[in-house]
Amino acid sequence: MNTTLLTILIISLSIFAFYYAVYKIKSAQSLNTKHRPLHSYYGWYCLFWTIFPALLFFCLWTFCSSIWIDKTIINIITLSINEEGATNISLQLNAIKNAANGILTDQVPKEILSNYISLNQKSEFIRFIATLGIAIIGLFFLIRKINPDLRARNKIESILMVLMFIASFIAIIVTLGIVLSLLFETLKFFSDVSPFEFFFGTTWSPQIALREDQVAASGSFGAIPVFTGTLLITIIAMCVAIPIGLLAAIYLAEYASQRTRTIVKPLLEILAGIPTVVYGFFAALTVGPFIRNIGETFGLSIASESALAAGLVMGIMIIPFISSLSDDVISAVPNSLREGSYGLGATKYETIILVIFPAALPGIIGSILLATSRAIGETMIVVMAAGLTAKLTANPLESVTTVTVQIVTLLIGDHEFDSSKTMAAFALGLTLFIITLILNVIALKVVLKYREKYE
Amino acid sequence: MIKNDNIKITTNDLCVFYDEKQALFDVNISINEKETTALIGPSGCGKSTLLRCFNRMNDTIENCVVKGNINIDNANVNNPEIDVVQLRTKIGMVFQKPNPFPKSIFDNVAYGPKIHGMAKNKLELEEIVEKSLKQAGLWSEVKDRLSQPGTSLSGGQQQRLCIARAIAVRPEIILMDEPCSALDPIATANIEELMDELKKEFTIIIVTHNMQQAARVSKNTAFFHLGKLIELGPTDQIFTNPKLEKTQDYITGRYG
Repeated sequence: MNTTLLTILIISLSIFAFYYAVYKIKSAQSLNTKHRPLHSYYGWYCLFWTIFPALLFFCLWTFCSSIWIDKTIINIITLSINEEGATNISLQLNAIKNAANGILTDQVPKEILSNYISLNQKSEFIRFIATLGIAIIGLFFLIRKINPDLRARNKIESILMVLMFIASFIAIIVTLGIVLSLLFETLKFFSDVSPFEFFFGTTWSPQIALREDQVAASGSFGAIPVFTGTLLITIIAMCVAIPIGLLAAIYLAEYASQRTRTIVKPLLEILAGIPTVVYGFFAALTVGPFIRNIGETFGLSIASESALAAGLVMGIMIIPFISSLSDDVISAVPNSLREGSYGLGATKYETIILVIFPAALPGIIGSILLATSRAIGETMIVVMAAGLTAKLTANPLESVTTVTVQIVTLLIGDHEFDSSKTMAAFALGLTLFIITLILNVIALKVVLKYREKYE
Repeated sequence: MIKNDNIKITTNDLCVFYDEKQALFDVNISINEKETTALIGPSGCGKSTLLRCFNRMNDTIENCVVKGNINIDNANVNNPEIDVVQLRTKIGMVFQKPNPFPKSIFDNVAYGPKIHGMAKNKLELEEIVEKSLKQAGLWSEVKDRLSQPGTSLSGGQQQRLCIARAIAVRPEIILMDEPCSALDPIATANIEELMDELKKEFTIIIVTHNMQQAARVSKNTAFFHLGKLIELGPTDQIFTNPKLEKTQDYITGRYG
């Protein structure tokens, strides 16, 4: 009666369906051996209609019946414990479910438990019989339809198309789901904290008071210092990554010999494969103290956690994004443009600046934007090297914090999940998402406007 | 025979190798000033390779080695001391496929004069652009849309734009590598007419697969086969009364 048996039965049925369909179509076509259509398509078609409706029914039944059983049990509970004034019905329901699975936590009414178990058994029995029935009906129906006039290949192709459509749809649905969940939590947050404070406040200290009368009991949620921190570190990172990445790309695409290129390019791409945590301790243990020591020789006191250290290392991290993608784009510029320019007596430098670079610009901007969103979303390096205190400053030698780091610190640890403190994380996340979205839209517009098509 | 009173280019035992493969074998050719010379021959016979030797375009190919001498105005082009950039300003090139830069029509023509500092101010630059476009027979078609991208033109117009771009630098020699192979017959006729005008001022060397074209536009013709110069002579003689059987066979289409 259990699911394993059902699975085995369905699989053997479908295997039978496949081979029987192939056998049937072969014998039906034995008269006309000149054309040998692809027999296996008939098998797959038969197999699909054996498994798919049964699977669909199985899932639907499981889903619907569990809801229906829950409802029935809740009704019984409310009736039986009405006089006791029980408050938490869902807790009771859980206790019953646990008991049915053999985990005894609380005392549960015996009759309700047995009621639940019998309901479940009935449902499972119906599910077993019906699923098997549907599979068998599908099988026989299809076997009867198998004949050389059935265009099995076309049908399989349309089934595949539908499957591919569903696959692409899943990605969209998930994205939409993420955005919506962010949106609702954010709206909840803004019912506690005014959006004005969040977007224009300059103090970020999302502590929740332990006692009612504590100082700054409500916490303050001005997100500006957090966003300026992200901005500062991203700018530092891009200042490192854009020049180095672009120069590396130009060298690889235009100057390096084929041999150098095959060695250097994969080496650069290894940088992209290093886990960000590793960059994090490189920043915290090597670069941070190094900057502090340099500062000391000039008489500056620099914290070993500074925006500069985090930004520098983050810049190094995103070099391969820019160099590798830009190299591909520059190499894709047709050689005829280079030769045209050389033919006019242009030097290599003039050719690169005046012809190659403008032609490759859309792709280069694309690579820079991809790198920027990486930098904005990067968390580990900043946690380890830039600190946790939100400070409104433009001084790269001070310690700052970023949006992603704050999200992490807000959500780790034991909190109620509906306090303003945790909700603030969703608001930050949504704002960050919108910012990167706007960046992407701008980039797309820029690319469309300045695209120099070379075909 | 070709009259040798105004020779512009001569080559001396020119050999070209791509890695191990030899593409040209001891080519000795002379090309006259302000005349059109056609290079004909079956695919892979080395005529494009020879053309690319004249402005050292083969330098851009990593595994290409050129041996022998090419003298243009009695200076050896293959001399490693020579400034390739200088050389290429003297020799314009038009390619098989029209390759306008992804810039406006104006900027395409102004590209060469700009990088060589040929114009002192914007007015002079505009004059050069107008003159070059007129000379390339394109001015009347594009004068109202100079700011549009060069790639928006039709194939034939693009090729004339590339010719305008080349002559804007005021070269002495123009190399044309199958300039009409991607064009329709009307655009081809336009370009051929243009070449007739240009040869008054420039020395033109054209590689072509179209033998009628060679017969129409050139004064002298060189026939290449398997990397060797087979026969060089006045065009009417090559096409009507070639000295060698191989040339005869190719011209009459017995092999190709």
